[in-house]
Amino acid sequence: MTVENGHQGAEVAARTERRWATISVIIIVVLAVLAAFAGIHQVTMPQPRVETIDPTRLHLSGEFVESNLGSVLEPTGSVTVRAIGQQYSFTPACILVPAQTPITLRATSADVVHGILVQGTNVNTMLVPGYVSEQLMRFEKPGDHLMPCQEFCSFGHEGMWGKVKVIDKEEFVAKAKSGGRLSCVGE
Amino acid sequence: MLVNRKLVLAHFWLAFAVFGLALFLGAWQMFVRSPLYTWISDPEWYYRSLTAHGTVMGYVFPTLVAMGFGYAISESALKQPLVGVRWAWAGFWLIVVGAVMAMVPVALGRASVLYTFYPPLIGSVFYYIGVVLVVVGSWIWVALMSVNLRVWRREHPGEPVPLAMFANVAGSYLWAWTAVGAALELLLQIIPVALGWRTTIDAGLARVFFSWTLHAIVYFWLMPTYIAYYTIVPRAIGGRLYSDTMGRIAFILFLVVAMPIGIHHTFADPQVGAGFKFIHSAFTALVALPTLLTVFTICASVEIAARLRGGRGPFGWIGALPWDNPIMLAVAFSFVLLGFGGAGGLINMSYQLDTTIHNTQWITGHFHLIFGGAIVIMYFAIAYDLWPHLTGRALPDLRLVRAQLWLWFVGMIVTTFPWHWVGILGMPRRMAYYDYSDPAISPQAFSVTLSVIGAFVLLISGLLFLYILATAHRQPAADAGAYRFSVPVHPVHTVPLALNSFAIWVALMIGLTVTNYAYPILTLAARSDTSVPAVYVGAQ
Repeated sequence: MTVENGHQGAEVAARTERRWATISVIIIVVLAVLAAFAGIHQVTMPQPRVETIDPTRLHLSGEFVESNLGSVLEPTGSVTVRAIGQQYSFTPACILVPAQTPITLRATSADVVHGILVQGTNVNTMLVPGYVSEQLMRFEKPGDHLMPCQEFCSFGHEGMWGKVKVIDKEEFVAKAKSGGRLSCVGE
Repeated sequence: MLVNRKLVLAHFWLAFAVFGLALFLGAWQMFVRSPLYTWISDPEWYYRSLTAHGTVMGYVFPTLVAMGFGYAISESALKQPLVGVRWAWAGFWLIVVGAVMAMVPVALGRASVLYTFYPPLIGSVFYYIGVVLVVVGSWIWVALMSVNLRVWRREHPGEPVPLAMFANVAGSYLWAWTAVGAALELLLQIIPVALGWRTTIDAGLARVFFSWTLHAIVYFWLMPTYIAYYTIVPRAIGGRLYSDTMGRIAFILFLVVAMPIGIHHTFADPQVGAGFKFIHSAFTALVALPTLLTVFTICASVEIAARLRGGRGPFGWIGALPWDNPIMLAVAFSFVLLGFGGAGGLINMSYQLDTTIHNTQWITGHFHLIFGGAIVIMYFAIAYDLWPHLTGRALPDLRLVRAQLWLWFVGMIVTTFPWHWVGILGMPRRMAYYDYSDPAISPQAFSVTLSVIGAFVLLISGLLFLYILATAHRQPAADAGAYRFSVPVHPVHTVPLALNSFAIWVALMIGLTVTNYAYPILTLAARSDTSVPAVYVGAQ
């Protein structure tokens, strides 16, 4: 191989490399744009604000006192669910929600880090003590879902399973008429 | 020119010994929580084991491999005896002391907080101090790599730093800065509480600090593997490195963009706003770039080897590769596992897809595929490649070596593929027990059983690996010659300053970490209303 050939070979190699690098950059830009598009267009962004709360006073006053936990039908027709995670259970342990309704889940932890995962859906959020987690959700069909704690929360973690029960919208509205906070604990 | 062989062997042997122990724990964990076992009477033992498995596999094992390999690279790539051998031994013993100090409270059940710490859970202070000692020991290595490069530069002004050493030093700087996140969490937040000086802690801030370490640490684990791709594989299979320059660019990219992306671990957390989550998601996409470049360069280098051996045609050359060569086998397996693991990683990095699998067994499957699969299989290859030079004896039986690699590859796929699947079904991570009699959980029983079989295959492969290395010490003496690295197709005479030094890239690494982390950290640190009471574990 002459020196000249070697030089040409190096140029060909560099050109091929540049071509691949360009393709790689395009792949990455497309991925980032896809994520941005899905986030903005389909409103699938994480919760926008950081909200704090004192976990030692949850039971005394404010949004997460026991009488305020569970599901409530808002005047707008949407539903708000408030829940607490603590070692090693959720309150309420069974969350009752209507199908085909926009739902806002607001939850926090009373002690250590927990997580809420609703099986068969992409509802999935951490519960970090000191902060309020908010997640929007919507269930298409009635049915039961398991709701395990998905973060290690010490020795009883394996026993921390809740439930989500999705019922017909009409049935939920009828139950909500009597006021108060709904849940399916004991059903 | 490997002078300090004992030093390198000590690091490798300790690394692989603790790896073997942690492998046992891993297989036991998979078994007791599977349908093959009735029910663990005391779940606390499971979390003890899990803490030990994670701490050893995450902090001790890869750190020792990177250090031992780093010393070997420094001596053989720079062709100068290691400067600071005493310091290197001091670093080694710090890791020994740290690992023992951390593992005793874990074994006693006083620190079952998992290797991710998870405050406000607080375990024995000795666990955290032990982990800090391990990190401090590894920082000595970082300093030594920098010093040795400086000594070499003084003797060889203006010459290109050999790629292996360039990558090695990049990896060490990456680690030095990556470890700072967890160090801040331990020193400023957790240890004062573990000592009883304070009783409250900001769990959200701790998670942000930890994310700084948790993602980039994967790239620190990855560095020896990538160094092996570029500087061992082409030489071992009789080829040439396609491009030395692209190697430098890939390692620089890892150094710069591995860090400012960790908040993707907190996508589902309430203490970080949506803006920074999006920024970190986009930066996470960037980190795929050095891997895409590497895949191209290494495939091209392998193709060169095949064509030198008479391979023809667009794909026909694949058959001409030296498939009986363990390094060839290892790199092929590693690439397959990296391909699947990388595809899973692209899913994790996008917020929308991540919500389906966040904290499920999918994640466990993902990082076992990347770390246990793509990365560790190249650690095996590095050991096999270096061993004859370290022991002065040839490996006993290459058939055994090939069988070991095959078992690891198949075992890793059988373990992790069902794991991914049950993750999609919503199976949460890190539980000591699952009620498979529940109709909603019973469909997962078959997949879980499959992955237990994979775990035992991995255990057998790991033990075989240790057996091969141990018996190699008793082989007849054979001179393996000088330890060499791959030669590029087009020899490198000069390299632009930017691809031959680190100052600008380290500055960029720190700068990007500041832009991507300062605001989330400072806003949380400035708040007084986010500290919550510590929950001490194992105190009863």
